[in-house]
This record gives sequence, C-alpha cells and structure tokens, in this order.
Amino acid sequence: MAKQQPARTSLPCGVGLGLKHDQVPHLLQSPGPLRFVEVHAENYLVDGGPFHEDLMQVRARHALSMHGVGLSIGGDAPLDIGHLRALRALLDRYEPKAFSEHLAWSGHSGIFFNDLLPLAYTHDSLQRVCDHIDQTQAALGRRMLLENPATYLEFEDTEIDEASFITQVIRRTGCGLLLDVSNVHVSGVNHHRSVHDYLRALPLDQVGEIHLAGFSEQSDARGDPLLIDSHGCAVAPAVWALYAFALGLTGPVPTLIERDNDIPAWEVLLGEAAQAACMLDAVAQVPLCT
Amino acid sequence: MHISGQADFAQRLLKPDLPCPSGLKTWNGSDPAPRFAVYRNNVVVSLVDALAQTFPVTQALVGEAFFRAMAQVFVHAHAPTSRVLAHYGAGFGDFVAEFPPANSLPYLADVARLEMLRVRAFHAASPAALDIKALAPWLANAQALDSLTLVLHPSLQLLQSRYAVYGLWAAHQSEPGQWEQALAQVDPNEPQTCLVFRDGRDVRVQSLGDGAARFLVGLQQGLPVAQAARGAERQDPGFDVTEPMAALLRHAQIVGISSFGDTAAD
Repeated sequence: MAKQQPARTSLPCGVGLGLKHDQVPHLLQSPGPLRFVEVHAENYLVDGGPFHEDLMQVRARHALSMHGVGLSIGGDAPLDIGHLRALRALLDRYEPKAFSEHLAWSGHSGIFFNDLLPLAYTHDSLQRVCDHIDQTQAALGRRMLLENPATYLEFEDTEIDEASFITQVIRRTGCGLLLDVSNVHVSGVNHHRSVHDYLRALPLDQVGEIHLAGFSEQSDARGDPLLIDSHGCAVAPAVWALYAFALGLTGPVPTLIERDNDIPAWEVLLGEAAQAACMLDAVAQVPLCT
Repeated sequence: MHISGQADFAQRLLKPDLPCPSGLKTWNGSDPAPRFAVYRNNVVVSLVDALAQTFPVTQALVGEAFFRAMAQVFVHAHAPTSRVLAHYGAGFGDFVAEFPPANSLPYLADVARLEMLRVRAFHAASPAALDIKALAPWLANAQALDSLTLVLHPSLQLLQSRYAVYGLWAAHQSEPGQWEQALAQVDPNEPQTCLVFRDGRDVRVQSLGDGAARFLVGLQQGLPVAQAARGAERQDPGFDVTEPMAALLRHAQIVGISSFGDTAAD
C-alpha cells in the first residue's frame, strides 16, 4: 500500500487537548507541548458571552479543531438543517483546521439524548450514512472526519462488519477518518474482536486525527469485561500500546488527548500530552512499517 | 436496525421500566440488558450532571442526593429538545414548583429560576455598549427624556419573587463553611426582586427596590425614559431615576437608543 500522506487535515502534526472553558487561562499561560486544541462545537452554539471571547483568544494562538457531538449522522431521521446551518456559521467564524463528527446517533423524534448511540451496520444504513455525510460536507463547505465509535451492543440485523462499513463510507463520501484508538480498544474488548485486525481493515491512509482517552471497566451479564468510554481517567497502558501500533501503520498523525470527566490538574494533562508527543516524535524518525 | 429500530431504542432509553429493545446481540450470548443499561445510565447521568452545573444553589439548598433524584425525574419527564445543552433546564423552575417532595421549600422554584437566568445572561449576545457621548445630549435635556427609549443589554433580566430569592442565592456565595450561617440570617418569606445581567465577563445578581424594578420593566417594554420613571415614582415615591440610569451606564447595559416614534433599534 502506498504510504504517501495526503493532506487529510491542516491540523499541525502534534498533540492537542480537548479543551474545557475553564482551562482557557491555563492554555494561554502554559501550553506545554500542545500544538492544537479541540472544542465541542455544540458548546459554542450560544449567542455571545465569555465562551466566544475566550475561543477567539484561543484561536489567535493555537490551531483549532471542532468536534461535533449532536449531528446524528448515524440516525435514521433526516439531518437537522437548522443545526447544519448553525454549524456552518460557527465554522466560518472560527475557521478550525478540522471538523469531525461521530458514526452514531444522538437524538430521535425531537429528543436529544446527549449520548452517542449505536447503529446497526446494514446496506440501508450504509447508504443513509453516506447521504448524511455528503449532505454535511456540502452544507459545511468542508471535508469532515468521521470517528469510529465505542459501543456496548451489537445488532442481530447487522450485515457489514464495522471496519468494512467505515471503509466504504470513507471511499464513497471522501470524508477522512478520526481514528479513536481508545474506542478501538473499548469496542474490541466489548465485542471480543481483534483490535489489530480491525485497525488493519481500516483505510489508515485517510486518518486525519487520532483520539486517546480513558475508559472505566464494568462487567456484562456473564461476568466478561465491559469497558465504558468514560473520558474520566488517564489513558490506559493498553491504549498507549495500541496507539504505538496504530502509529506504526499510519505514520505521525495529529493526536488529541480527550478528558471530559474528573478532570485532573493541568500539569497532569500536559504530562499525557508529552507522552503522546514523544511517541509521535519517535515514529517520525523511522520509516513506516507495513 | 430498520427505521422502527432506532425509535424503539430511543423510547426505551428514557423508560427504565421497559425491558431493553429486541434485536440486540452480544458476542458471548449474555443478556444484553446490562449493556443497554450503560446507554440509559450515560443519558440520565450526563443530563443530571448538566442540571447540577446550572443549579448549584438549588442543589445546595436540598442536598446532592435529593437534587439528583429530583433532576432524574425531570430528565425522564423533560428530555432535552435541543443539542445545545447550555439552555437545558429552562423549565426546571416550573417543574420544581410542581414537585410535591419539594413543597416544604416554597422558595426553591424561584432560586432555580434565578440560576437559569444567570446561565442565560452568561451566554447572551454581546452587543457593544452605547458610547456615553451619544446619550449626553438627551440627558442634558429633561424634555428629551419624554421621547427617548433605551435598548438594554440582552443579558439583563428581572425576577420578581414572593420569597427572598436574592438573599438565599447570595448566602450561598459566602465563604465555604459559612453558608449555613449566612442562610440562617435570611428570612425566606421576604419578597425580593432580582436583577441579573452580564457586565463584561461577569454575571451579576442584585436585589432591586420596587421603584427601580418598575423602571427597568418599563424600559424593557419600550417606554420612554421619562414615562418609565413616572411609573416607578408612583410605585415608590422615593424613586430617583438618576441612580438606575447611572448604574445602567456604569455596567454598560445600554446598547442602543431611539427617540419615540422611531422604530425601536434592535
């Protein structure tokens, strides 16, 4: 496979952090190894106030990535045109270097669940997801990245495995891949599948960004481990190892540390960022393996 | 999953009494119910967390366990209809007012309403304040005030309460450890009117006298300054219009003017 690196995003090829509003002063004073920051788009769909003032300051100094959590690309209902318009206005205002969304759905019949819900991978849903991404990229005037999900369930009427589904979506729509390595691990454990086979089956030359996050552990009805994509603790050793494996296949890719709950001291987050930066540097020194 | 699949999945998320949807599969053949419960839990906990962030004083007044139980009932009855969660909980005050277990704290609903106004003020649009020079010719001429109307900052809102909603809220702003002592000083049955607005980055809450409250309501309704002031004087004979006008200017709450007869500036 050719390992030429197409310009899959214009994010700098370093480490970023998922940023919360009250971390802005930390970021402006001590950015450490951070080369970009990512914010949730929906948090900024408000009229005005300090959120917007701060984001203007942030984008003046740092590359910005916007990550949507509410578009429901995997939903069986039509996309919300008003939401697409609001996103377009937000993207035009802040000109982020990347925009990403999830292979999931988050609302139904006018209710928003604030969670990323799983879809069955069928020929019908493949067509629908492709239509939704075509519509999104046209409405936003940009290429988007699609994130592989963390899931806890599978569906009896599944017709296509997840990696093939994602591969076909990317081929048909021209969107890029946001490779969430933690989600690969979480779903791998939850569905007892080989994470290495899963990764090798993805179109890794289309990865525009990587996500790393912490998970929590429960067990299912049979006592087998069930991992929860909690974003509430440090990146686990198994995920760091899988990240190293993924980088061996992709080469250096802009990498984000996500932390949404039980947020530790800023220095602790910078420590995780530094670890990812070291691994990125290391992979930049060596030729890609195949 | 076919079309009815997601509708069914969605419906069962918020109805914990219903079994999990059919058509689910697990690699080890285990019962999918605990796995479906992860989604149920994610939805409810994330939304209760969002409410806890918006209503910290309401939570402090009833305690975390009571608050979370009440918020959970709210989430099940009033799931968000917008992806923008900043404004989730707009109906929480009304819900609290009708929530029987909270009956013993009749002021709780207004405290929740006040906290929601603070969030709205925080995220309200940020128009530039009017240059005071634009206002000077009007203020120099008493007659001009008969036809001058003001556009106030969109963050500015009032809450009139039969209870000491300002005192209850302000007590919670005291130093950690002193909140219960401060609360004990408040007579909850004293009617109070609160003014909420954003000055720069800071959301401010103030207690308002009857005259000032009437004056600001008049301005918000688009009455000319002089007419709003006369209404306030009828309410409160000691009302002095220069005080609220100076405060509006000091806190950059006047964002536009028009003279009576013009279409009001937006």
